Amino acid sequence: MDNLDELYNDIIMEHSMNSYNKKKMEGADFSEIGHNPNCGDEITLEMKMDGDVIEDMAFSGHGCAISQASTSVMIDTLRGKTIYEAKEIIRIFIEMIKRETKDESELEKLEDAIAFKNVSNMPARVKCALLAWHTVEDMIEKGESEGKISCKCCH
Amino acid sequence: MNFKKDFPIFENKNIAYLDSGATAQKPKMVIDRIEKFYENSNANPHRGAYSLSIEATFQYEATREKIAKFINAKSHEEIIFSKNASESLNLIAYSYGLDNLKKDDDVVISIMEHHSNLVPWQFVTQKTGSNLKYMYINDQFEISENEIKEKITDNTKIVGITHVSNVTGTINNVKEIIKYAHKKGAVVIVDASQSIPHMKIDVQDLGADFLVFSGHKMLAPLGIGVLYGKKELLNKMKPFLMGGDMIEYVYEQKTTFASLPNKFEAGTQNVEGVVGLGAAIDYIESIGYDKIYEHDKELVEYAREKLEKLDYLDLYMTPNRENHSAVISFNIKGVHPHDVASILDSMGVCVRSGNHCAQPLMRFLGIDSTCRASFYIYNTKEDVDKLVMAIEKAYKMFEKYIQK
Repeated sequence: MDNLDELYNDIIMEHSMNSYNKKKMEGADFSEIGHNPNCGDEITLEMKMDGDVIEDMAFSGHGCAISQASTSVMIDTLRGKTIYEAKEIIRIFIEMIKRETKDESELEKLEDAIAFKNVSNMPARVKCALLAWHTVEDMIEKGESEGKISCKCCH
Repeated sequence: MNFKKDFPIFENKNIAYLDSGATAQKPKMVIDRIEKFYENSNANPHRGAYSLSIEATFQYEATREKIAKFINAKSHEEIIFSKNASESLNLIAYSYGLDNLKKDDDVVISIMEHHSNLVPWQFVTQKTGSNLKYMYINDQFEISENEIKEKITDNTKIVGITHVSNVTGTINNVKEIIKYAHKKGAVVIVDASQSIPHMKIDVQDLGADFLVFSGHKMLAPLGIGVLYGKKELLNKMKPFLMGGDMIEYVYEQKTTFASLPNKFEAGTQNVEGVVGLGAAIDYIESIGYDKIYEHDKELVEYAREKLEKLDYLDLYMTPNRENHSAVISFNIKGVHPHDVASILDSMGVCVRSGNHCAQPLMRFLGIDSTCRASFYIYNTKEDVDKLVMAIEKAYKMFEKYIQK
C-alpha cells in the first residue's frame, strides 16, 4: 500500500524514534496528561507561555510511532504561535485527520504536520494521531477557564 | 486438509486471518443454518401454542441438549445461554459470588485472566470485603505447582482460571488446579473461551464447577455464549437478570422463579445464535477434535520455528510445546505493536495489537502491549509465510530508526 510507505516517512520516523522535543521542561506553566487506554499510549505535554505566545513545549511518555511523532511535530508547529494561531492549527489538523477539510490554503498552515494526512485513510490509527492534539486542546481549554490563558487577538 | 474452502469470507477477502483468538470466521454450514432458521422456523420459543413456535422451541432446546453432550454435562439443565463468556462470568460473580463470599474470604484468579474474569471479581470482592489474590506466572509463562499451592488455601472460596491464555497461549493445568482447589473447599470457574475451539472439553473429567465460553470463537455467530454450572450450584443461586420467561408465578409484590435452565434466561433469547452454535458444533464434530488438534499443532510448530529465527522479536510463549495452544504474542524490539499491526495489515495480514483485555498481565510482563497472531483450522502454512514476510518488512522499515 503506497499510503503506508508515505505515512512512515522520514519526518514521522525521526520524530517518533529520536525526538528532541521529548524531554522534561523546567518551569512549565501548564501540564496535561493524555492517554488512549486501548493501546496504552500515554503522553505528558508541558507548555511555557510568554503573554499569549506559546514560548515552548515538551513531552514525555510512550506510544506508537504515529502518536509519538504526531506529538513531536505538533510541538514544532505550535512553538512561537499565539494561542489564536495555535487553536486554528489544532482545528485544521483535527479536521484533516477526520477528512473534514481538504482546503489547501488551510492545510498549508499545518507546516510539517501535513505529513500525517494519510492517517485519514487509516481509521484504526486516527486516535494515535490525534492524542497530542486533543491533549493540547484540553490544556488550553483548562487554562482559559482558569483565566490563566487569555487570547488578546480574538475578540 | 483444506478447511479454508468451507469459509466463504476467504473467497471474498484475500487475507491471512490470524485473529481467531478475537473471533473465528464462520463456515458456510453455520451461515446456511441461520438463514434456514429464519426462512423456515422463526418464532419466539417457549411462547406460542402454535406449531411454528414449537418448532423454534425445539431447535433452541435441542441445541441445549447438543451442547450438554458436547461438553459432557450430566444434564441439559446445566447449560445456560448467555450473550458471551463475559456475561456468563458476570452471572456467576453476581449470583454466586455476591451471596457466597464473606468478609476476609479469598478469591484466587490467575494473572493471565481476561478482564472478563477479573473485573467482576474486583467488584464482588470489594462489595463483600473479601480478598482478590493472583496466581502469577513463572519465566516460562506458566503457573507453577508451587504457586498454585501457595495461593489456593483453606481460606479460598472461589478460583477463576482461564483454560488457555488469550495472550501467551499457555494451556493451564486446570484439572490439577480444580483437584487441589476442591481439596481446599473452593469452587472453580473455568474460562474455556480460548480452549474450546481447539480441544475437547469434558466438564465432568475436569471436575469444573462452572465453565464458560463464547460461541463466536468456535465458529458460531457473535452474541451467543454458554454457562455450564453444576446443577446443585445453579439451583441454589438467585437469578441474575429478571423478566420474561424466567418466572413461574408473578404477583403484584413477589415472584417465584422458573426452574433450571429458564431461571437464568430472561427475555427473548438469541435463538439465531443458539441455532448457529449448534451448526458450529456439528461442523467441529464432522472434522473431529483430534484432526483439529493435529492441524493446529502442526501450524503453530511451523510458526514457532519461523518466528524463533527472527532475533529482533520478543516472543511471549512457553518453551514447553505441549503446554502451548494456538496463540503467539510477539513484539519487534523497539517498535510499537500498533505500528507493526498497521504494516502487517497493509500486506493483508490480520493480527491483533494491544493489551488483549489483559492489562494486569501486560503490567506484570513489563510491557504495554503486544502483537498477537492466533491460528485456527482455516489457516495454512502460506498464512504463516505471509506473516513472517510482513514482519520482516516492518522490521526493515524501522530498522535504521530503532534505538538499540
